[in-house]
Amino acid sequence: MARIELQNIAKNYGPVEVMRDINLEIEDGEFIVLVGPSGCGKSTLLRMIAGLEPITDGEFRVDGRRMNEVQPRDRDMAMVFQSYALYPHMDVARNMGFSLEIRKAPSQERAGKVHDAAKTLGLTSLTARLPKALSGGQRQRVAMGRAIVRDPSAFLFDEPLSNLDAALRVEMRLEIARLHQRLETTMIYVTHDQVEALTLADRIVVLNAGKIQQVGTPLDLYERPANRFVAQFIGSPTMNILEVVPADKGVLLKDGTVIGISPGTDHASASDLGVRPEHLNIVPEGSAHFSGTAELVEHLGSDTNIHTRVPGIGQVLVRQHGHVPLKTGDTVNIAMELDKVHLFAPDGQRLEPVLGSG
Amino acid sequence: MSAHRHSSPLAVTGKYLALALYVGFALFPLYWLAKIAVTPDKLIYTEGTALVPSSFTLENFRTVLVATDFLYYFRNSLVVSLTTAAITTCIAAAAGYAFSRFTFRGKRLVVAIMLITQMFPLLMIIAPIYKIVAAVGLLNSLTSLIIVYTAFNIPFATFLMQSFFDGIPKDLEEAGMMDGCTRFQALRKIVLPLTLPGLGATLGFIFTAAWSELLFALMLINSNDTMTFPVGLLTFVSKFSVDWGQMMAAGVLALVPSCLFFIFIQRYLVQGLTSGAVKG
Repeated sequence: MARIELQNIAKNYGPVEVMRDINLEIEDGEFIVLVGPSGCGKSTLLRMIAGLEPITDGEFRVDGRRMNEVQPRDRDMAMVFQSYALYPHMDVARNMGFSLEIRKAPSQERAGKVHDAAKTLGLTSLTARLPKALSGGQRQRVAMGRAIVRDPSAFLFDEPLSNLDAALRVEMRLEIARLHQRLETTMIYVTHDQVEALTLADRIVVLNAGKIQQVGTPLDLYERPANRFVAQFIGSPTMNILEVVPADKGVLLKDGTVIGISPGTDHASASDLGVRPEHLNIVPEGSAHFSGTAELVEHLGSDTNIHTRVPGIGQVLVRQHGHVPLKTGDTVNIAMELDKVHLFAPDGQRLEPVLGSG
Repeated sequence: MSAHRHSSPLAVTGKYLALALYVGFALFPLYWLAKIAVTPDKLIYTEGTALVPSSFTLENFRTVLVATDFLYYFRNSLVVSLTTAAITTCIAAAAGYAFSRFTFRGKRLVVAIMLITQMFPLLMIIAPIYKIVAAVGLLNSLTSLIIVYTAFNIPFATFLMQSFFDGIPKDLEEAGMMDGCTRFQALRKIVLPLTLPGLGATLGFIFTAAWSELLFALMLINSNDTMTFPVGLLTFVSKFSVDWGQMMAAGVLALVPSCLFFIFIQRYLVQGLTSGAVKG
């Protein structure tokens, strides 16, 4: 059990600053997902928490105790690596029990804990095998087992599912969620996959270029992204961003269409309007905000993605539920759900509130 | 996985013919060594280049083992080569690990200097080495050879070991350290077992290099007691004649330890010990 605090954490590699002003409080038992594009520093942050990477500046505390200088082995955290990092010369049982072996736990206790973990993860029949005789999914399970056996105060996951195929990834994602429900241990999980982030997290931390962009529940990030980066990073397909200029009673799209917004909104500095593909609707010609030509129609069964070129505005992606009988070249009349439109200032920050009326 | 493709019989024949030619070419000197060793002295010149001698004898081997100092040379060589291999491998493993895992001030400089040492022709530094060894009074001692061989082999052995350490994912050690190991424990319990092939290869390489070294042994040793085997071979050359049969017999015997050594370590060389460590 651990309450983890990061205060003004910074990381430099020589003169190169890769991370600064990281402030984060993680409650005991919370499932935190660090998410961001590659190179954003999320793995570095996790490795600093693990103790594998020195912290340049700031304070890292667990349950109120400063841990900056504590060796990884004394932090009581278990880590699951992206590469699994199984010890190739040890069989599954020894891999899983290695931490207890190092701590000189009696072999009976070791065997018992390994057996329990193997049972939980469905590895009982594989305990005598070497890692090379396991499939990718099984290796992943062993890596998780190795972490569980230790009964640590926090679990750290570094993109644990990125080497698995899509079906296995979904299965293991469920498994990790179940594990968290059962153990109620603090978990910090790094991924670049926003679906993993949205499905697993109690709270998501979005990182970009070494800085925290936003911390919030999955729904928070989806409904009220703090800036344009988060808006575009969270949600799939990506949010449409349309250039606007402020007008009298609203904002003006590049093609001249006026989008009215409710009084009191600070829209004078608006430079971009964001609207998710699922918040655009195909409507009869009269009630549309703008019209364009379908360039590519993706029929996904449950949804239809219509990539539309709108004259004067550019590329707009519309997502409709179910099957929409459109084909390339058709004219598409699009209306926005105005209560779900976001406005951003030139520096990318969100403008509040953005509720609009046609 | 081997993909079975149907290639034309001609291509297959050509491939095996090329292989056979190469193997024949590579092994012919060894065959000739063995052939002369078992040819009676009187037939060596009379039969000349006949591929198979008309009669066989083991007399040369008997003479070498009983009537010459060969066994001394052999023992000396064994002492020098084994000690050199052991010391070099230990130092190279430590240095290679440091180069592979740590960044430290002067690392590039040390690497550069080690590379430069490999560029000098040995002949250039034989005289200075002789002077140094003479000055510290180590001439005619096996110790001098061990020191010189070790010094000369460390750079290459270090690079060799470094590449083996580089091949072991850092994740493994880090996983070990998360699991409760100190860095040294992680090295001993996780990295070292996985480096056995590398250690074997380095040991074998250094052993062979020291075993067959002639130049320094010739310069630094001239007493019969401390001669190593390559120098000892020259004693079969006298002012008026060469004992070809005995020399070749000694050569065949000298191959034995090298062969044994490689048979012993070859399973480490070919085995991919780290397979299954990372990724799916």
